[in-house]
Amino acid sequence: MGIFILRRLGVMLLTALCLTFIVFWLTNLYPNLEKLAKNQGNFRMSDEAVTSYLGDRGYLQPMPVKFGQWLGVLPGWVTEREEGKTFGRCFDSDTPVDERPNRCGVLQGDWGTSTVFKDEVGSTVATRLALTGKLMLCVLLLMVPSALIVGVLAGMREGSKLDRSLSTFSIATTATPEYVSGVIFIAVLASSQFGISPILAEWGWIDGKTLFLGSATSAMADANFWNFFLPVLTISLYGMGYIARMTRASMTEVMTAQYIRTARLKGVKFSDIVLKHALRNALIAPFTVIMLQIPWLLNGVVIVETLFNYKGFGWLLVQAASNNDIELLLAVSVVSVVVVLVTQLISDIGYVFLNPRIRIS
Amino acid sequence: MEPLTWTGSLSGLNFIFYIVLLLLVLTIVAQLLFSLVPSGGARAVGADGTLADDQGVSGLINLVISWLFYAIIALVLIYLVGGIILGTGAGIFGGMARQMLPVWIALIITFAVSITYKRKLGLYGKLFDSTVGMIGFGIVMFWVFTGVMGGVFDMLITHDSLSQASGMKNKLPGTPLRGAEEGEYAWYLLGGDNLARDVFSRLIKGSWVVVLIAPLATLFAFMVGITLGLPAGYYSGRLDTILSFLANLILAFPVILLFYLLVTPEIVLTGIPNYMAAVLFVFPVIFFAVLLNSRYYTQPHIRTPLLIVVLGGLLWAYLSLITNDGFIVKNDDVTVYGIPAMIDWIPMPPEILVVFVSVVFVNSPTVFRIVRGLALDIKTRDYVAAAQTRGEGPWYIMLWEILPNARGPLIVDFCLRIGYTTILLGTLGFFGLGLESESPDWGSTINAGRRLLSLYPHAAIAPALSLLSLVLGLNLLADGLREESLRD
Repeated sequence: MGIFILRRLGVMLLTALCLTFIVFWLTNLYPNLEKLAKNQGNFRMSDEAVTSYLGDRGYLQPMPVKFGQWLGVLPGWVTEREEGKTFGRCFDSDTPVDERPNRCGVLQGDWGTSTVFKDEVGSTVATRLALTGKLMLCVLLLMVPSALIVGVLAGMREGSKLDRSLSTFSIATTATPEYVSGVIFIAVLASSQFGISPILAEWGWIDGKTLFLGSATSAMADANFWNFFLPVLTISLYGMGYIARMTRASMTEVMTAQYIRTARLKGVKFSDIVLKHALRNALIAPFTVIMLQIPWLLNGVVIVETLFNYKGFGWLLVQAASNNDIELLLAVSVVSVVVVLVTQLISDIGYVFLNPRIRIS
Repeated sequence: MEPLTWTGSLSGLNFIFYIVLLLLVLTIVAQLLFSLVPSGGARAVGADGTLADDQGVSGLINLVISWLFYAIIALVLIYLVGGIILGTGAGIFGGMARQMLPVWIALIITFAVSITYKRKLGLYGKLFDSTVGMIGFGIVMFWVFTGVMGGVFDMLITHDSLSQASGMKNKLPGTPLRGAEEGEYAWYLLGGDNLARDVFSRLIKGSWVVVLIAPLATLFAFMVGITLGLPAGYYSGRLDTILSFLANLILAFPVILLFYLLVTPEIVLTGIPNYMAAVLFVFPVIFFAVLLNSRYYTQPHIRTPLLIVVLGGLLWAYLSLITNDGFIVKNDDVTVYGIPAMIDWIPMPPEILVVFVSVVFVNSPTVFRIVRGLALDIKTRDYVAAAQTRGEGPWYIMLWEILPNARGPLIVDFCLRIGYTTILLGTLGFFGLGLESESPDWGSTINAGRRLLSLYPHAAIAPALSLLSLVLGLNLLADGLREESLRD
């Protein structure tokens, strides 16, 4: 087991390195750098001005060198201006000479500076990640129990009317991407002109103009049911159908097993069979699915945060990517890649612990 | 002119429709609740030894549900037929029903022909044995016909999808066109968007973008996935390790980040999407070359002319696909010449190419993993061992023994994946990536409409519901196919 985890960790590290290098390479292509220079300086910069801007800031070094500096294995660039000012990757011109560090990169815990937010990347990502963590926690709390209940109810009597209805429901949710369900929810539940809000307001059942709020910006500081439920529901619905279908498949398989038939022939109550005999074995497979679904939720998070204007990690990704904020984008991709790989590892290890029939040699 | 209502002169039926719908929902809920309670009906043994089951309350509910369901279908048909006859006299639905008349005719012909000959049509014919599959197929074909007729032949649409009419900005569905001239359609059936264009016509034009790109991109992803997945599963070993690592690498990328990195104008300038297109699109050529060669290499007199014709055609298509205005890549640093514009018969606008490439790129690793898994499973079968003993080559075994036996799961996954690709295309449009902003495709329209969502939702709701119905149709179709292919 120890060797297995070590090997997986090694592969993870290699994957993360490869992926960050690809992101690094794509963001450091010359047209992207030119756009960055023009965004930071001014839009009418001449070609020479762009070159000197980029050269001064170490952008025109060879790609592996820059990547090494970002990682912190190579010393950072230092530029000496003619007028005597010296500045570098790790310090600006005001820093006293003997306090200037040689290397600063991810290994030294320095994630760089965001060119869009003019702030430390590390702290920016941490704040946004905390906000998205809140969203994800609510999503998981809503999605996992309801998906498991739907799946178990559908799977306990295969082919029954209940199974048909619930399966149709799960197919419908997997066919509804977040940007469709979000748009429909806002139009029906959070629009002051359409849907049910005008009717409810007319009857005097709600205080404000709309039942739910169409924007979750206020939920960043203070989340309550009315401003936070729609984004949570939108993300949960899309992921729910898949987990429910997997739970149903696993439940139907368990319900046809020999020991369930024995229990039925012995006259055990149906509810006891489902709850005591079948459920524990039926929930092994969905565990893996749920873990693997978490990276998928990241996509939903990006869409929903854009749609509901909730300034979390997904919103940060969009901002970083559309402004080619290189160091922020790298940090964002490192975080998301680590999320993907860690959930894969947890799902593998968890599967072994949950299922005593599988042992890794 | 008066604005149209939703159902016009048929609105007398609305009340009945709502009542029946409410009753149907109530009985379905009642049925679900009853199914949780064990049925009390006792089984009676008849004199001839047969068992008769007492229908009881749940039997009655079933009967009521089926009646109510038929009533709903009949009402919908009345709305539809009435709409076709009365046109806009029957409101917005009537206007749309008449506008869609060619699609209805094409659908009826397709279903009539398929159901008549369903025993001779293999798996496709079997689809018509399952209700779910038929519903799914009906929805999918509805959009296919709409896309082809509206997008290619300019039928169905009421106005030009790009022209703006004065005073029609953000107007509600059914608003009459101000100052409509003779011969011009007098209403905006589904209202106007924020640039005063007709939502209905844009919806139909946009369906062509989806119906064209999604299946083709999925097909290319399957070619890439199959060509790489079969050897990875069959040979295993180091090749498998390397290819699987690469596939996992792409899969570990958040899709939206990848889109942002690949589809921005700056990256397009460097020509990276063109290089990727050149690599990804060569896989179908390789696939067909190996497929035919492995089968006919023992009969050179058939193989050589066949390969020359097929490969010639495919290579020409390949070069036309990746060439644009006579160049494969053209920027300040690099110029790669393609075939001359004269013989370039596939017009591929650069922005479509980028979208196409990124969707294929994102989809192929998943297909690779599925094919590899299937190949790993099937290569242990006896008929593969028999082929190996006969001395067949590895590519013959992969493409003519393993692949045909993996077709069931692959066809089902193909349907599901078209739906998924549709969602991805919508995501690209939603973030305003790739396609230009006036493109009528559904994702871009949703993106344009979402800014005014709480005030004028109709411009975003119409494409959202269309996308939902198309993906739902594909999912139901896949379910029907899975059910029927498991039966043999």
